[in-house]
Amino acid sequence: MSTSQTAAFVRKDMLPPKDPPTSQAGLVKWLRENLFASWLNTVLTLASLFVIYLLVTHFYPWFRHSVWNANSIAECRTAIAATWGEGATGACWAMLRERWHQFIFGFYPPELYWRPIAVFLGLLLAVAPVLFTQLPRQMLLFSLTYPLLAIWLLWGGSAWPVIMIAAGFGIGYLALRILGDISAILAVVVAIVAPVLFWLFAVGPLDEVLTKVIPLAIEPVASDRFGGFLLAITIGAGGIALSLPLGIILALGRQSNMFLIKSFSVMFIEFIRGVPLITLLFVASLLLNYFLPPGTNFDIILRVMILVTMFAAAYIAEVIRGGLAALPRGQYEAADALGLDYWKAQRLIILPQALKISIPGIVSTFIGMFKDTTLVTFVGLFDPLKGIPDFIRADFNWKGIYWEPFVFVGAIFFILNFSMSRYAMYLERKLKRDHR
Amino acid sequence: MTEPHFERDIDRSHMQVSDEVAIQIENMNKWYGQFHVLRDINLTVNRGERIVIAGPSGSGKSTMIRCINRLEEHQSGKIIVDGTELTSDLKNIDKVRSEVGMVFQHFNLFPHLTILENCTLAPIWVRKIPKKEAEETAMYFLEKVKIPDQALKYPGQLSGGQQQRVAIARSLCMKPRIMLFDEPTSALDPEMIKEVLDTMIELAEEGMTMLCVTHEMGFAQAVANRVIFMDQGQIVEQNNPHDFFNNPQSERTKLFLSQILGH
Repeated sequence: MSTSQTAAFVRKDMLPPKDPPTSQAGLVKWLRENLFASWLNTVLTLASLFVIYLLVTHFYPWFRHSVWNANSIAECRTAIAATWGEGATGACWAMLRERWHQFIFGFYPPELYWRPIAVFLGLLLAVAPVLFTQLPRQMLLFSLTYPLLAIWLLWGGSAWPVIMIAAGFGIGYLALRILGDISAILAVVVAIVAPVLFWLFAVGPLDEVLTKVIPLAIEPVASDRFGGFLLAITIGAGGIALSLPLGIILALGRQSNMFLIKSFSVMFIEFIRGVPLITLLFVASLLLNYFLPPGTNFDIILRVMILVTMFAAAYIAEVIRGGLAALPRGQYEAADALGLDYWKAQRLIILPQALKISIPGIVSTFIGMFKDTTLVTFVGLFDPLKGIPDFIRADFNWKGIYWEPFVFVGAIFFILNFSMSRYAMYLERKLKRDHR
Repeated sequence: MTEPHFERDIDRSHMQVSDEVAIQIENMNKWYGQFHVLRDINLTVNRGERIVIAGPSGSGKSTMIRCINRLEEHQSGKIIVDGTELTSDLKNIDKVRSEVGMVFQHFNLFPHLTILENCTLAPIWVRKIPKKEAEETAMYFLEKVKIPDQALKYPGQLSGGQQQRVAIARSLCMKPRIMLFDEPTSALDPEMIKEVLDTMIELAEEGMTMLCVTHEMGFAQAVANRVIFMDQGQIVEQNNPHDFFNNPQSERTKLFLSQILGH
């Protein structure tokens, strides 16, 4: 009378796997699941197609009417009117043909273009071993010396001050190696104090003597000749390279048990995050000189770079703090139980995992910072987005050109930022360690 | 009264308790804020002892063994491990930690490192042993816990029981003189508990000084030379396993045993 199965059941042979039915595979399945899954989904798909149609029909003619050969915007307009009829609009890329070098190099002396080009190629070479661990580790030696080489090539002048800076680092490293076996604290103190003393007191006289004996100098280029992407990439790359270590230190400081270090980190982060970047840039251009000893007037690009670095570092510190907080407490305990001291635990166990978690946030901050470098226009530097186009528009020939610079500069920014974002995704995939 | 369920005979030839004191805890107290978690703990552990610490959750048993390697700080009293007193002196703490191995409930392997790297990290960075030698030692201990073939995998690719055995091997690579186990089988499926307990039994057979917080009473009866029962932050009763299980003295112990062994 009861239909329920109560009889014992034993499976004799296991079922082999089969292919799914055809309606559940391939393009048909993809379309149904992604574009026409429900009524609402279908409506949204059609609406999106309509918007795409509008955008394309609106912008395509403008690109199609492009003019590449002209000497002024007026010639562009005549050419477009002649080919496409009165009232047709079109892009006047002839401006780029004439002025592309200003977008890239600003007002850097054209006969010295090889220097920024060499620096840019060097940047790729220096960054490669940092980004791709499969490259030979010896390449990192070049990455270490690259920043000073780049500074010398970009600004020119005597090579000796740059060599002295390198020598200072060398002294610090030697102190660390020699005294490291005797006492760690002493080594760190000497490694910081000795180079600083060297830079403050020995560099001046040494520089004078050496310049007299071997005048190793190339033509100097002043900071106000920098502009366009040369300026944006210099500030951006410098800021990125400096803000990550500073951000890590601030994040660790904020987690520290030591009251003073913790309070300082919190105050620094909250202050910087609470202030608009423009304010900091004005501080860099106007206020900073008041706080420095009279007579010191260091470079505006350097000042901007320092404040941009501080700005990015505060955000990165918070991103990394999120990564640190995401680690289970057991990781800290296991590191402690194995006898690893604070720095070793951080370096070997905590930071590799926390930074991995923070990659999307860190890269977002970097991308945001790189785009924010265009704000330097407000302190009188020629950024590629406003400074340079405004300068070009001031020329009577190109007065009235509007969209073309934005499209061009936007495209370059997009390529650079998209590369950063793709690299971050590659890194996340590479560091993935299955399910944890 | 359940009997120990270990099929194989346990080799007791090396399980000898010496007169040498390994850990000495005197009048130790600990508070979390106002909450008095550990009250007047007195405990002397001799070298070669295998001690099982049992008790209801919240009784302070984990906190007590975590004080022994200073994962938790005690506020009064003395803890002397291998002749080194635990104070706020970082040197002493590091010294004790490198002599005392610890196995956690949730394994706490380092997920970004391979099994082999997990095992060689501390020997290389704390003991300053050359990489090659550290790897040989690691392979020796991985073979001992029967997972040498997993050496190049990452922790996330291993089962819970395998991970816990790696965690034991990782501790052993530091050649500790004392091992602490903080509920090593509580996060494991029943099938995997046995493989971890077997590893721990082998360790006991070799004469390792062990303190285990565990609910595995079969293990306690088979291996322990002393069982400690804790409740409300105090040591309520301690005895050899036979008398502890067959003739408990305090009412609290009787109640606890009837609850965990009654079904």
